[in-house]
Amino acid sequence: MRDIHAARLGRRTLLAASAAIAMPWVARAQANPLKIGIPTILSGPIALLGTSSRGAIQPEIDRINAAGGLLGRQIQPIYRDSKGQPQEAARVARELVNTDGCEILLDAEASSGAYAVQEVVRDLGVLCLHSNSETSSLTADPKLRVATAFRCARQGVHDAIVGGAHSAKVATAKKLSKWATCSPDYAFGRDTTAQFLEFLKHFKPDIEVVSQGWPKLGAPDFTEVITKILQAKPQALYSALYAGDLSAFVNQGNVYALFSAMQVFVPAMGDLPVLTAVKSLPVGIQSANRYLPTFPKTAENAAWGAAYSKANNNAYPTNWSWQNSTAVRFIEAAVKKAGSTDGKKAAAALEGMTIDSPFSVTGKVTMRAEDHTLVDYAIGWGTTVPKEPFVVDVEPGDWGQIVELEKEWKKANGYI
Amino acid sequence: MDLDALLGCVTSSSCLVTQTTSGLIVGMLLFMVAAGLTLIFGVLKIVNFAHGTFYMLGAYIAYSAFMFTGSYFLGVLAGGLGMAIFGVIFERVLISRVYGANVLMQLLICYAVVLICDDLVKIVWGPDFYAMGMPPAFQVPPLFIAGGVVPPFYIMLILVALAIGGGLSLLLGLTKIGKIIRAAAHNPNMVSALGINTTLLYSLVFAVGGMLAGLAGGLAAPVRSLTPGMGFSILIESFIVTVIGGMGSIGGALIAAVVLGLIRSFGTIGFPLFTEGLMYIAMIIILVFKPSGLFGKEIV
Repeated sequence: MRDIHAARLGRRTLLAASAAIAMPWVARAQANPLKIGIPTILSGPIALLGTSSRGAIQPEIDRINAAGGLLGRQIQPIYRDSKGQPQEAARVARELVNTDGCEILLDAEASSGAYAVQEVVRDLGVLCLHSNSETSSLTADPKLRVATAFRCARQGVHDAIVGGAHSAKVATAKKLSKWATCSPDYAFGRDTTAQFLEFLKHFKPDIEVVSQGWPKLGAPDFTEVITKILQAKPQALYSALYAGDLSAFVNQGNVYALFSAMQVFVPAMGDLPVLTAVKSLPVGIQSANRYLPTFPKTAENAAWGAAYSKANNNAYPTNWSWQNSTAVRFIEAAVKKAGSTDGKKAAAALEGMTIDSPFSVTGKVTMRAEDHTLVDYAIGWGTTVPKEPFVVDVEPGDWGQIVELEKEWKKANGYI
Repeated sequence: MDLDALLGCVTSSSCLVTQTTSGLIVGMLLFMVAAGLTLIFGVLKIVNFAHGTFYMLGAYIAYSAFMFTGSYFLGVLAGGLGMAIFGVIFERVLISRVYGANVLMQLLICYAVVLICDDLVKIVWGPDFYAMGMPPAFQVPPLFIAGGVVPPFYIMLILVALAIGGGLSLLLGLTKIGKIIRAAAHNPNMVSALGINTTLLYSLVFAVGGMLAGLAGGLAAPVRSLTPGMGFSILIESFIVTVIGGMGSIGGALIAAVVLGLIRSFGTIGFPLFTEGLMYIAMIIILVFKPSGLFGKEIV
């Protein structure tokens, strides 16, 4: 006689056994999130930039997770504060991979930290997107390049070309030949200033630099540099200062009427936190767009800016914000295409990839294959006004001209 | 090195006036922070590594008070008073427990306060940088004196700093409380034996030191960016001023601060790539020939 209890027991056993086999997979999918390590600057004078990076990354990750995650896994970002110190950035990057189990690095560091993280990536072989380093050699110099590392940020040489072309146009119209510069005294400030002058002279050879000031990064007082500039009596001033340093420089320059004594060109002026923090914004400063919701003037860009503010207690997005938002979108697309988070496979998928983006005049940005760097992003120069939209008459740069002159610059520097 | 530019500057009245006033303003703000630092060291022999934090908090409190009242004067006053109260709490709750202890212990406590206050500033005011903006009374074009450019706001700052420095000297030199403070700096046990409440005295010294740093933060707020951690950069320069002037000497701090300000303002013309280095070279030279600083007392 057939034992029905035995049969029932068998089905239960079978179900239990199936569950026992299946559960770890379910549990693993939930308990094995895809960890992305994010070293960034969350303390110190430029902590605002680190928090504005995080403020852009988190909504993108929330969007991906709400849609089911990446490769069926929920993304878990792990943020670490590097305090803006290169050695700390390298240490936390290594720790994020080796200890925390991160499979991808989104390196939201400034240039000094990015160079340190680059060497960690060379060693570990994970996919890494540098989202904030603008210093050109990071990806332009083949000796520094790493197979699995990419720059998803604007680049100094691109800004220099567009800035040089725009400034030369203004300088020709206003007959400005005597120039002064005032930039922070570290690699970024010196490199970007040299590149700007190089391209300014390319477009307008009769430029004479009559004074150069190199204040320390985070210096509380710029008075002696401002008075030195005034003594040299230049017709135009270029400055690569940014964030809080730029705000202090403008406020201190205002008491000396610096901005009415000469035409001023400041690429980083067009960042909303700076524009809104400066109480008496001088009219007529020439600035690049860092992040502006009005450039490119599209519904997608305006909507992204509004969504960022809504998600971040009405804070304004910075240049670092759009770059990090773009970096997450590239990671998403590359991992999906590769079907893997493996550094080599994801890097191969990312090379030459083009994605839709609100941060481009054409609506698309590309991760250039040959040097692992972002191109086709919105880049332009305009004029400051004291009220919103703060920067008007933004003239977009010509990417054909940028690529052509960048190639010449690379040749001149022995990079190609 | 551009010695021609430096020579051209010192022989040109416009450059001389502009750079001298710019050196004075840098020096005077440094003096106000360093004066509190040196006063605390002179009386209590405490090297207050948290002094830059007093400056930062003073600036933030002044900013908030200015935004609330619209008055720059009330803002600066709030910064000074706020830091006087903070100084007393800091001394009573923390520093009073490490009098006579190893300097490392004092350093650790001060450093902990620096980190805690930086984080508190981020929580209360956020990580963004702030600018107070120029008070309407000073939104005027700069003056031109002998061809040099001199902003009226900076003239006011120099005069206020001089008045505070003068007031402090009078307080220490001519009043009874000043004599007690000086006596306590020499021999605290004797002052205590005479029945003077040294606990109150020490709190008072911290209140004055904190107030000076808070006033400096408030006074400078219209032209400087307010960021968490902003006290650190001024702390280093304040220490240089204190060391050059002589630890514990208010007059020494004033002269050292002005010298440092002038080194920076003229150094940036003659030695544009070595201005910071010049300050340290000046410190080394003075310490080699007078290890106790310009007006410091020799340690026997």
